[in-house]
Amino acid sequence: MSDNIIRLHYDIDADDFSSAGLASSGTKRMLNQLGFNPAIVKKVAISMYEAEINAVIHADGGCADVEITPEKIVVVISDKGPGIPDIEQAMQAGWSTATNEIREQGFGAGMGLPNMKRYTDDMKIETELGVGTKVTLIINVN
Amino acid sequence: MKGYSHSIRLEADKCRGCTNCIKTCPTEAIRVRGGKAKIIDNRCIDCGECIRVCPHQAKKANTDEFETIFNYKYKIALPAPSLYAQFSKIYTRGQILAALKLLGFDYVYEVARAAELITAETKEYLKRKDIIRPVISSACPVVVRLIRLKYPSLIPNISQIESPMEAAAEIARNEFAAKTGARPEEIGIFFISPCAAKHTAAKMPIGNLKSNVDGVIAIKSIYVKLLKLLSDSEEADFKVMASKYGVRWANSGGESLALETDNFIAVDGIHNVAKILEEIEDDKINDVDFIEALACNGGCLGGPLCMENVYSAKAIFKKVLEKDISQSALPYTDERFNPMHDAEIEYVDAYSLDKDMYAAINKMAEMNRIVAELPGLDCGACGAPNCRALAEDIIRGEASESDCIIKLKEEYKKLKKKIGAEKGNEK
Repeated sequence: MSDNIIRLHYDIDADDFSSAGLASSGTKRMLNQLGFNPAIVKKVAISMYEAEINAVIHADGGCADVEITPEKIVVVISDKGPGIPDIEQAMQAGWSTATNEIREQGFGAGMGLPNMKRYTDDMKIETELGVGTKVTLIINVN
Repeated sequence: MKGYSHSIRLEADKCRGCTNCIKTCPTEAIRVRGGKAKIIDNRCIDCGECIRVCPHQAKKANTDEFETIFNYKYKIALPAPSLYAQFSKIYTRGQILAALKLLGFDYVYEVARAAELITAETKEYLKRKDIIRPVISSACPVVVRLIRLKYPSLIPNISQIESPMEAAAEIARNEFAAKTGARPEEIGIFFISPCAAKHTAAKMPIGNLKSNVDGVIAIKSIYVKLLKLLSDSEEADFKVMASKYGVRWANSGGESLALETDNFIAVDGIHNVAKILEEIEDDKINDVDFIEALACNGGCLGGPLCMENVYSAKAIFKKVLEKDISQSALPYTDERFNPMHDAEIEYVDAYSLDKDMYAAINKMAEMNRIVAELPGLDCGACGAPNCRALAEDIIRGEASESDCIIKLKEEYKKLKKKIGAEKGNEK
């Protein structure tokens, strides 16, 4: 019972921009109430939102699993999308495969992965073409 | 006035314990306990949503009685610009201000005039390199309190420039004392207010060590007196000082228009304001210099202490603005005031489950477990605004799972079935 950990699971629905961000905003609300430093909350909220949006845009949705402990926050966003052919290229600021339609909505600027890296202390991408992608975001508290 | 934290109060004998106010409160500051609404003091931001929604008029706002002006030798009125939009027969501003003076005030200073001076100061402030953008206006005390309570990371974004009410009070006191030789303590300064939160702002200022306002009188409470004086003395007139730039502050968007920049967001209505603050916090709003955020729908014209409903008030306001108004701001005269806040704005912790992070995490894990078992109807019948809030109350030891009537019904059904089965066995 008292194991000092909160585990959250969210399904990320596909192709619905208006509800995209529900997982990150739910997580943010909990972190705020727990009393985490606003700077920490911001790092989690922004990096998780980017990963969540990516799952919606590129992979027909997926799911988010979050572990909150006093030491660190670990966010895992998994999808069954097309996978990333070239991670190095995808990490470059401004590089994007998003369609014009998506760009017109203000998304797909090619800043998703770079922003995730910027706002996390550790980030891991596991991807397999045609199988899916798993992004792990780690934010240390201290 | 230590310990005073909000103006909204409950008239317990009128309260029927319904769920209207708990559901509409933007900060989850109300619970129904023992059949009556109860305000959680440190969460209330005086937005007035509960006053608007209560079908039994059980929610009121503390303001000062008009008669308290007579506690002072000299009495000064500071009318909010929203006052000009309260009379369906269109009176000029000069007539309204003259009537206000006839009520018993020695001097009247338009808050709209102070708003123009604040605009001039804000224009300079926005040029500074050392400020955090977007700058959020400090004019609406409800918004400042919402930030302090729920968006503490945005406290540095709040403009350090005074509110027009405070600026007006300081200028009026200085001017009147200089003109008449009255001692400052003999002067009573009264804000004529559309807003419940301004009462709290005068008693317990945020961003200032001390308020210059001695009392806050509801527009509603002097309306009838004023109307009578207006019709009795139509020829009375008063020299107006504010141009359209100051007067328009009463309307949502008015403060931004006065700044003469396109790079702003003007948002009104407390729930809309919360959404915008959320987006600023998540870096989703970039390249905007200024946020004008007003808690009431339609801006101060929609204030809970106004007489006219907000849409009628807007129609009247348009005519008032067309009537007698200077199209350009008057230059600075010798109006003296300190335009800057002189105190830090501090975070108010009203939601944390425990000071200790380990304990807080365990409590929240338990809370999440309880939420999963509650029906998720968010019906409010338990007295908390939603299932999550009930779970929080249970964790705090202030409620129990049996407060949920849906759960109670399930228990009842189970019990009935069990008794039925036992009776069947007896036969």
